[in-house]
Amino acid sequence: MDSLSASTAESFRLLFSGDAALWVIIFTSFTVSVRAILIAAPLAFVVAFLMAHLRYRGRRTMIAGFSALQSIPAVVVGLTVYLVFSRSGPLGDLQLLFTHSSMIIGQILLSFPLLVALSHAAFQAADRRVWETSVTLGAKPYRAFMTLLHEIRFGLIAALLAGFGRIIAEVGCSMMVGGNILGYTRNIPTAIALETTRGEFAQAIALGMVLLVLALLLNGLLAFFQGRGEMSS
Amino acid sequence: MKHIFANLIILSIVLFSTHALAGERPVVRMAITTSTENSGLLDIIQPVFEQVLDIRVHVIAVGTGKALELGRRGDVDVVLVHARPAEEAFVAAGYGVARHEIMYNDFIMVGPEDDPAGVRSMRDAGKALARIAAAAAVFVSRGDDSGTHKKELAIWQQAGIEPEGYWYRQVGQGMGKTLQIAGEMQAYTLVDRGTWLAHRANIPLKLLVADGPDLKNAYGIIAVSPERFPNVHYPDVERLIHWFGSDEAHALIAGYRVDGEQLFYPVN
Repeated sequence: MDSLSASTAESFRLLFSGDAALWVIIFTSFTVSVRAILIAAPLAFVVAFLMAHLRYRGRRTMIAGFSALQSIPAVVVGLTVYLVFSRSGPLGDLQLLFTHSSMIIGQILLSFPLLVALSHAAFQAADRRVWETSVTLGAKPYRAFMTLLHEIRFGLIAALLAGFGRIIAEVGCSMMVGGNILGYTRNIPTAIALETTRGEFAQAIALGMVLLVLALLLNGLLAFFQGRGEMSS
Repeated sequence: MKHIFANLIILSIVLFSTHALAGERPVVRMAITTSTENSGLLDIIQPVFEQVLDIRVHVIAVGTGKALELGRRGDVDVVLVHARPAEEAFVAAGYGVARHEIMYNDFIMVGPEDDPAGVRSMRDAGKALARIAAAAAVFVSRGDDSGTHKKELAIWQQAGIEPEGYWYRQVGQGMGKTLQIAGEMQAYTLVDRGTWLAHRANIPLKLLVADGPDLKNAYGIIAVSPERFPNVHYPDVERLIHWFGSDEAHALIAGYRVDGEQLFYPVN
């Protein structure tokens, strides 16, 4: 009990005294996950839009497929990305293993199915007449698409937040393809794993609190935007 | 909102390009054992050799088995591990250039205060393990193909015992975590002295077996073969290995103390 309260007190000191090493780790987590979500989301929205608006063979299978892929374990994605980008692997010459780039690729793969499934639900729920009216009024497909995005923005933001929530907290993939390199690829979840094995619980608790606050914040925003989405439809 | 999406795309391009501009000094990737990382030695010497050699070293801390596997796949430029037979096999198979022994310390055995197997003050680790097996006292094994795990298996083999049964528990974790688990279970375990010194304040176990001839723990550094993997940064690695043989490195390694005790002994 003693060590728990002492570690917690120390963790607050670390957080608020601006401990540089701690903030580098937090910064790494955010830059990697934000970049991953910014790359994954536009593509996911287009795929989701096509699934919602076109009628083609295999559409149902595709929807079911993305739904199923939402629950793929992070370590499986990590292992796959590792084997592909290992210097002995098919894309080894790119030398991306143990860099931010490979972590971003892993997180894109992790968040993509979730983004597609959630935004597909939003597109599906949107009134088809938004698209049809825009096109009838002479809008080019790109403009019409943007109008549609605007119409269902709350649903899309909810999808973004859920996707971000999944990748900011995952440890398996980041550990395997990032390598947990100090000052470079060490992010919040891998640092917590390491500090726990080192017995440095204060660091682990401090980082855990950052994730916890973030999770609460994201969930709050998610509830807010889902509420707005329901009101506007 | 339309603008927001366009802005997000621009923002992501900016974020990526700053990343591309960030590289300056050559980067060497070094796979090391978790016990070295946990000991804290690297925190002292890494800034020094990065400065002296004008390189950046990315340290990836894994078990010895995984470190050698990263080397065999060409995913790192150099490995710093502690499992001599496995290291020699690594070099013999052409994955590494040569093995340089840079330092050593020792393994110890820790266990519960009441010592149900009666191994306190023994020196011979093989005989101590035989007593633990005979008493079926709980023993926690790393079970992760690390250098410490290989060492433990070698001692069992020398003692002529096949460890199995409910008392023999393989946890598949790093050294620090394994110590914590052994502490919670009040079990015996084999540990490198460095990790023990770093953790002993928080672990309810006692040092019981030490100083035996079979408990030496030698660390070797091996450059990954540039013939097999043309992408490795061999010239920088060669300079790094050379640095480990310098007086500066020896002084730093010998001078490193945890709780007032010397942890590593440099090899000339």
